[in-house]
Amino acid sequence: MSAASPALPPGSGGGGRHGRGAHGRGGTGHLAAGLTAEGAQSATKRIVVAYGFWIFLISDIIIFAALFASYAVLTDSTAGGPRGRDLFDLKLVAIETGCLLASTLCCGFAGLGANARRNGLYYSSMAATFVLGAIFLGIEVHEFVSMIEAGAGPSRSAFLSAFFALIGCHGLHVTAGMLWLLTMVAQVYAKGYRDDILRRLLCFSLFWHTLDIIWVGLFSLVYLVGVAP
Amino acid sequence: MFGKLSWDAIPFHEPIVMITSAVVAITLTGLLVWIVVKGHLPYLWKEWLTSVDHKRIGVMYVILALVMLLRGFADALLMRSQQAIAMGAAGYLPPDHYNQIFSAHGTMMIFFVAMPFVIGLMNFVVPLQLGARDVAFPVLNSVGFWLTATGALLVNISLIVGEFARTGWLPYPPLSELTYSPGVGVDYYLWALQISGVGTLLSGINLVTTVLKVRAPGMDYLRMPMFCWTTLASNLLIVAAFPILTATFAMLLLDRYLGFHFFTNEAGGNPMMFMNLIWAWGHPEVYILILPCFGIFSEVLSTFSGKPLFGYRSMVAATMAICLLSFMVWLHHFFTMGAGADVNAVFGIATMVIAVPTGVKIFNWLFTMYGGRIRFNAPTLWSIGFMVTFVIGGMTGVLLAVPPADFVLHNSLFLVAHFHNVIIGGVVFGAFAGYEYWFPKAFGFKLHEGLGKAAFWFWIIGFYVAFMPLYWLGLMGMTRRMQHYDVPAWQPWLIVAAVGAVLIAIGIALQVAQLVVSIRSRVALRDRTGDPWNGRSLEWATASPPLLFNFAVLPSVEGEDAYWGTKQRAQAEAKAVTEPDYADIHMPRNSATGFICAFFATILGFALIWHIWWLVGLAFVCAYATFVVLAWRDEDEDLIPADVVAKLDRANRAARVGIGQAA
Amino acid sequence: MNKVENPAAKTGGTELEVGRDSAPIGDVAPGDEHGPDDIATGVRGYLIGFVLAVGLTAVSFYLANSTLVWAPSIPIALSVLAIAQMGVHLVFFLHITSGSDNINNVMALAFGLLIVMLLVFGSLWIMTHLKHQTMPMDKMMQMQR
Repeated sequence: MSAASPALPPGSGGGGRHGRGAHGRGGTGHLAAGLTAEGAQSATKRIVVAYGFWIFLISDIIIFAALFASYAVLTDSTAGGPRGRDLFDLKLVAIETGCLLASTLCCGFAGLGANARRNGLYYSSMAATFVLGAIFLGIEVHEFVSMIEAGAGPSRSAFLSAFFALIGCHGLHVTAGMLWLLTMVAQVYAKGYRDDILRRLLCFSLFWHTLDIIWVGLFSLVYLVGVAP
Repeated sequence: MFGKLSWDAIPFHEPIVMITSAVVAITLTGLLVWIVVKGHLPYLWKEWLTSVDHKRIGVMYVILALVMLLRGFADALLMRSQQAIAMGAAGYLPPDHYNQIFSAHGTMMIFFVAMPFVIGLMNFVVPLQLGARDVAFPVLNSVGFWLTATGALLVNISLIVGEFARTGWLPYPPLSELTYSPGVGVDYYLWALQISGVGTLLSGINLVTTVLKVRAPGMDYLRMPMFCWTTLASNLLIVAAFPILTATFAMLLLDRYLGFHFFTNEAGGNPMMFMNLIWAWGHPEVYILILPCFGIFSEVLSTFSGKPLFGYRSMVAATMAICLLSFMVWLHHFFTMGAGADVNAVFGIATMVIAVPTGVKIFNWLFTMYGGRIRFNAPTLWSIGFMVTFVIGGMTGVLLAVPPADFVLHNSLFLVAHFHNVIIGGVVFGAFAGYEYWFPKAFGFKLHEGLGKAAFWFWIIGFYVAFMPLYWLGLMGMTRRMQHYDVPAWQPWLIVAAVGAVLIAIGIALQVAQLVVSIRSRVALRDRTGDPWNGRSLEWATASPPLLFNFAVLPSVEGEDAYWGTKQRAQAEAKAVTEPDYADIHMPRNSATGFICAFFATILGFALIWHIWWLVGLAFVCAYATFVVLAWRDEDEDLIPADVVAKLDRANRAARVGIGQAA
Repeated sequence: MNKVENPAAKTGGTELEVGRDSAPIGDVAPGDEHGPDDIATGVRGYLIGFVLAVGLTAVSFYLANSTLVWAPSIPIALSVLAIAQMGVHLVFFLHITSGSDNINNVMALAFGLLIVMLLVFGSLWIMTHLKHQTMPMDKMMQMQR
């Protein structure tokens, strides 16, 4: 732990007030000054908010870790039922991976567009992120439904319980992320590129990128290792 | 329409339950009517229920904890009296009811007494000690509190509608699976804790961010008071451990609701995986509770000895070491599960290693007191009582950390005595020390000293009388959670333990009396200076109670023990510091989001427990809508003009100047 | 006086100067980029990350079914590739760097990863040993009948 403090002198809090959100064409003139209004505290509001969300994401990753630990322990507990290599369709997984990777790229572009106040870039990137996320989700639902129809639902074995919970948890996160994405588009549309909205957008993009990182773990360690000889 | 809910859910045939519920219902209705008739409702709504002020939220956490302490302690009295008479007889509590009582006792004491108490104290104190105006996320703080309250409410609803879990404070499968616990008890447990767990996680994120990012100028990491360090460690553990709890309970819920096979006997499920995961949360949880209390003792002992904390840096190192080590020992809760000698040996040794940083702390506190001019106020007594009691509890813990010894003592009353020894001797004593110590800061008057000391003596003597026999009973082979037994040799010890419980009950009664007496004589006990104990950290630089914005002008910190340094300099210069330049202050605006969200969360939890699916959907949509409305607001801050700040602050300064001159 | 390269401060025209003698540390929000704030540079960063990630993904998918590698080593190879790709994502998409302004972000991440490792490997270690030591559940059920 560093002994140094990031404490800053009066005036520095202006970073939050006049930061990326300052050239706010779409802004309403509201200042998201808040705790740092007098600039006496140690970090700008943008840093505080994003850091708090970062901590949340780390806790979220630990949820996935717990689910993954269960999956890892229960992989061989198939109770005579199908194993991963009997069920997984790598072509679909590859398409899913491509969609999510591309959507993460679009999400990054959306952030750049918002920071530069480029409406065209922002809205088109958000739309692309949403569509790609929806395709990902559609394929996952298709995969789940066809597995359940084939008698390989979560009640079949402990292995499948763990598989459905782990992948389903990621899918739920993607769903929540898409809902959040819609509210972010609506907020920018209704209120413009206000400081507080840009902060939320930063949090959203952190969330979306993190989901992709988790997916990297899932497709590698669940699907690919699952079918490996 | 109403899922599994019907009139059968209400236990009309059980007089104890019905009478208790009736009394509680009448009291609550009376209180509500009184509030409305007296016109207190708008005040309550505006100043408390929708408040995002960390001080108010901290106070509400502590009130929740104290109320639930009474409820949890009532369960303890029931259990001790049952065991005192149930030698070769049925006693007066049927097994079904007895099992619910010990489950509810453990659940409530950990999740709704100990947790809210320490979180409340952290919430109240930490921003003041850091020299900040509020926590990093005030609205989130309010949401966190209200979700915790939702969990507590659901557990209490289970008393009258349906039943509570009979599976112990941690619902081990396969007993807690649908096959063996088909009722709603386990569902009450799981949903109450899922909801309050989210609240705890939010609070943890909030406090970590606050300590790391929102500090006064000059408040370096190594100038922070010890309590801030232990808060940081404890909340890092919350952030890291509570997700494991959430995931584990989610798996059990999937088993129960959707026919998954994580922890079942059939289809390859593995109940042992639940033990593994739940203790990967459960062990850090112990340190989540005790670390803030270590911080409280550090503050109290240093203040009442009139000396800086001995070995501050070693204390910081020990705290962070405990924070990491606490994640590497969880298997010692299930040595007997059969992982084998090598695994048990590693975790046993790791457990013993934790005793090292804890020992460092004990010596640091002793050396802090050594050579100091110690004032024996109530907080000091709780702290000294802690040191003696906790060392005994720690020693029995080291005994249990030896796997072969654990094979003998596992699940016996020796274990029960051990964890009460550390939790009462550590967490409860710590919480009460903090309660006595910071009460004047929160309300502007001190608590009655004599009654506080009397309460302490009844508590500590009651504790030894109640729990030392349990060690002995454990060695005699008595296992925990027995509704009745047929070994005559056990009964005398159990009667002694029951007497101890009564002594503790007197201690609690004295604490209630202390509160009532102190409120009635609050004028005489008034703290006008804001610094009743001659404190050392920044919270004592504020008025008692602190103004909404804590500090009219943010302090500039120039060393450890920030306020002590300021006082020394002011006295050396024999004058008060000149009046600062006041500026406008922005404070977060109150928000009903937390309260409304908790309202829907309660409905959501209730509907999930009783399988009322349409209501689940409705409550979920409403809770989501609450957050969208929150996101839509344009103004989230109120401005307090500089002249108002100046006016409010001058009174505070005047009181302090008087003290400075007197000194 | 140390000036900290912080776009959030620069665009606002304020300088983050640390007016104390203790070691000054700037601070940047996780996810915020550290450097010039124009779209072209930003897009380039994301594209580099994207190309690297696609490449690593392709190798992973190829390896899973290939006979080029000794079969038992495939899971390890896949894990290594996954960790590498996570690193690419962290650096190019989340802009987590080793710079002094990122210390808090990296420390939090490191703590989280430590817990993840302890949880996953600890669980696997404990549960594998348990499996070796105890009777399978179905056998136990048979004996009880």
